[in-house]
Amino acid sequence: MRQKLPVTSAILTNRFERRTFVLGALQGGVGLLLAARLGYLAVAQNEKYQAASESNRVNLTLIPPRRGWVLDRFGNALAANRADFRVDLIPDRVDDPDKTMATLAGLLSLPPDKVRDIRDKLDKARGFQPVEVASSLDWDKFAAVSVRLPELPGVIPQRGYSRYYPAGASVGHLVGYVGAASAEDYEKERNPLLITPGFKIGKDGLEKHFEARLRGVPGARRVEATASGRIVRDLGTREDVPGKPIALTINAGLQDYAARRIGLESGSVVVMDCETGDILAMASMPSFDPNSFSDGIGRVEWKMLSEDDHVPLRNKVLRGLYPPGSTVKPMVALSFLEAGLDPNASVGCAGGLRVGNRVFHCWNRRGHGSVDMAKGIYQSCDVYFYHFAQQIGMDKIAAMARRLGLGQEFPMPYPGQSYGTVPDPAWKLRKYKKEWAVYDTVNATIGQGYMLVNPLQQAVMASRIASGRQVMPKLLLDRNAPPVKSMGFSQEHLDYIHAAMSEVVNGRGTAGKARIPVDNVLLAGKTGTAQVVGLNIANGKSGAWKYRDHGHFICFAPFDKPKYACAVVIEHGGGSGAAYPIARDVMTYIFAPDKAMAVLEEFEKQWGGNVQQRMAARYNSFAAKYGESAPKPVPDDEDLTEQVEEGRKPAEEPATAQTDAAAPPPEPEQPAPAVAAPPPPAPPATAPAGGQ
Amino acid sequence: MPRAYVPAAIARQPWGVLLPLMALVSFGAAVLDSAAGGRFETWSMSHLLRFVVFLIMAMVIARLPQELFRKMALPVYGVLCLLLVLVELIGGIGGGSQRWLNLGFMTLQPSELMKPGIVLVLAWFYSVLPIGETQSWRALFPAAVLLGIPAGLVMLQPDLGTGLAISFGAVVVMFLAGLPLRWFLGAGAAGLVAAPLAFFFLLHDYQRNRVLVFLDPESDPLGTGYHITQSKIAIGSGGLIGKGFGNGSQSHLNYLPESHTDFVFATMAEEWGMLGGLFVLVVFWLIFRWGLKVARNAPDRFSRLLAAGMTMTIFFYMCINLMMVMGLAPVVGIPLPWMSHGGSSMMTNMICVGTIMAVERWSRAGPRSLS
Repeated sequence: MRQKLPVTSAILTNRFERRTFVLGALQGGVGLLLAARLGYLAVAQNEKYQAASESNRVNLTLIPPRRGWVLDRFGNALAANRADFRVDLIPDRVDDPDKTMATLAGLLSLPPDKVRDIRDKLDKARGFQPVEVASSLDWDKFAAVSVRLPELPGVIPQRGYSRYYPAGASVGHLVGYVGAASAEDYEKERNPLLITPGFKIGKDGLEKHFEARLRGVPGARRVEATASGRIVRDLGTREDVPGKPIALTINAGLQDYAARRIGLESGSVVVMDCETGDILAMASMPSFDPNSFSDGIGRVEWKMLSEDDHVPLRNKVLRGLYPPGSTVKPMVALSFLEAGLDPNASVGCAGGLRVGNRVFHCWNRRGHGSVDMAKGIYQSCDVYFYHFAQQIGMDKIAAMARRLGLGQEFPMPYPGQSYGTVPDPAWKLRKYKKEWAVYDTVNATIGQGYMLVNPLQQAVMASRIASGRQVMPKLLLDRNAPPVKSMGFSQEHLDYIHAAMSEVVNGRGTAGKARIPVDNVLLAGKTGTAQVVGLNIANGKSGAWKYRDHGHFICFAPFDKPKYACAVVIEHGGGSGAAYPIARDVMTYIFAPDKAMAVLEEFEKQWGGNVQQRMAARYNSFAAKYGESAPKPVPDDEDLTEQVEEGRKPAEEPATAQTDAAAPPPEPEQPAPAVAAPPPPAPPATAPAGGQ
Repeated sequence: MPRAYVPAAIARQPWGVLLPLMALVSFGAAVLDSAAGGRFETWSMSHLLRFVVFLIMAMVIARLPQELFRKMALPVYGVLCLLLVLVELIGGIGGGSQRWLNLGFMTLQPSELMKPGIVLVLAWFYSVLPIGETQSWRALFPAAVLLGIPAGLVMLQPDLGTGLAISFGAVVVMFLAGLPLRWFLGAGAAGLVAAPLAFFFLLHDYQRNRVLVFLDPESDPLGTGYHITQSKIAIGSGGLIGKGFGNGSQSHLNYLPESHTDFVFATMAEEWGMLGGLFVLVVFWLIFRWGLKVARNAPDRFSRLLAAGMTMTIFFYMCINLMMVMGLAPVVGIPLPWMSHGGSSMMTNMICVGTIMAVERWSRAGPRSLS
């Protein structure tokens, strides 16, 4: 046993040498281990690490693609792109938001309410979602920010393209608008393009519906960048592929004219080609300016839009529901004809009709005398329709209403159309568990009661009556579309209705002032005045705006060879007198734009400028009043969408069954008993003033 | 070397170590030049200057007689312990951990000096310990105290890396001094048991985190695992012959942290590839072979333990550093001798080399001990 032996120096030396050898071997072993590890990393796994090193070194910056244009039928731009300089903030990279914003506000001369808006967004933004500070900058301001970059981390100045809507508010509801992608959008798509500064996605309308087509393919810039993101050099750039354009059936000039002509009223105008179904104009006013929406919605603007009782955020063409009033009468008359009623069959109108133990009044309490079908239409005699509707029955009338487009949902590229109601006995039983009553038929034949339609449906109805073809509203231009097939109505019947509708305007009818000032073109139309509340609350003509009657007018031209159909709805306009002058001028624009423009310019002088000027003035007064202290903070994207939806909810359908006859509101023009020129009605110039 | 053609003063120098050292330092300077983006004066200049200064210091140490080493061993050790206490006090007063003393003209890190210091004092201790006592507890207990004081103080700082380096030097000296093998085996076994306990109860959170990240670097690619991941990418992307001098993207674009200090090997391997790495390993092997050869040929027990202990101290630096940069060990702040930029480690390593050179000179001057 070694331990028992006395340990000597020699033993220790020997032990030292052996142990030194062990340590040497240990060193050698470690050396081999390290060499092996080195070989494993550098040779065996070389490819993997080389790829990792490349992905470190090379930074890919996406270049937002130029968005596809939206064009009208003649190739004019409804939505285009324009080159601009812009400045964005990446919230994650900003060190001191207050200081950064103060510097930027100074450099870009931002007003205080805009600064507050940006601060709010900055606080809400998540991670790398960029926040727009300013766009459409001039070179001087852009350069001023660019040179101060080293002290402004997270600020990204760049040149790019921004969306531009030449017609502004006129196409707001038609085209929609774009905006920075929200966190929700990013969750859904997980596309890095969405969080690229300057990139916008469609938020509403066509911009949203055709997002995939309009978007295009982003370009990319490859740069060598340091770990802290500083760019060392450019490695190459791939150009973006612009999105594809969309050509619409819209006539840009007509669209703009229609929107402007609505003026101070709240309403909508739809113009269709009644042979093909092409929608030539589809305006809902007041509206929002998609240009300023696309830059993000400021607090003042939001306050201005959300507090307006004219609901600028609702697209009234598709989401506004109204009792159509007397505009259904040509449709009802056509159903009578198709059911075999002789148009010469007359009824005596003494201002009312007793049904059971109740008297249903005609709008003209003095009565129309002997009324046949033509007179029933051009004088809008209610008693004629009360009488024969009972004879023909509601089912036939309802079938015709649906056949002509009422109550129908059309395949349009917009979400959530309100398609309203065409009531019939089966519907009432289903909805209210109540039997259909005579007064229901009576109400329905004059477009009151349960009947609710939207302006697009009225335009379709006008088109189908005008051309006798089964036109569907079309918004996308298709020059090779097959001819629309006939509805199968007897041409004789149509001619009869057309003649009666022409008489409305050009003869002894209710809208003599709607005659258009163009030689050889006669307009045919039908007025409608729809009651909003019972006569016990308001008379429908004056008083509180929201209790006034809706004004309707449907028409087509030329009367003998129908080509264009139009529907106008003016909410609370006080009657059809608010609607038909607009229809007249819009139809005039198609045949004689100069004459129509002259009329419009005269009106705009009285209204205080065109749409842009009026909106700017309104904005300034709001900004002066509330400034940055606008109480309602700007909603973030998700909230905004919700609130816009909220603003769009159509007028509610009656929750309870109506049990009474609607008293028909008087038509605006006094009926002219003879062919003589109609007595002068209230001048159109003052009519719109009632809306304010 | 044919001495006839070379002046004696030059021929006498220990070229066996000086040439590898110069090769390593020059190579280090080249790598630092590239790491600084091609600016020589940023790091390479001071790197070379320090080497020259500390080489002169090592030459001076090499000329000191063995007697002086023996006499100074305990006082030097005592002074270093005092300095460690002083650092601890200043750190305590200043709030937070402090590892260095500001001497005005330079900052002194006593724990660095303790690495050769512990080897020196233990070599002295075992050289004065009667041979018969080496197998008894009297050989262990004083050594444990001598090690325990500085190691404890350094760990308190807390500086785990340096603490382990000091302990490693001490254990190597004790092992070579001929203490019974079963003690080491027993301590090793106890260590295996204690390590998990220490991991959970003794380590600071950040230290524990480092170990965890070492075991799975991808778990925290942007945090603590970032260092290891980026270092592996640098070495791995270098391949066999590297990306070429000045072309290392990992270091130049700042993805590799500490590219001029702790991770200088990764910087080098990215640009010089596996061949550069093998060159460094071979040079180190030459230096260690020289050190152990000097130790084996040393005339007496003191110088033998001294030379071997110093060699192993340098080895520990290299070993831990390279294992760390290649992802074989957790991240501990230990630089690579003669390549990393940094004065303290250069000084420590040159003291070690100077001491080994002194031992070499003693063995040439005096006759080899018969025992």
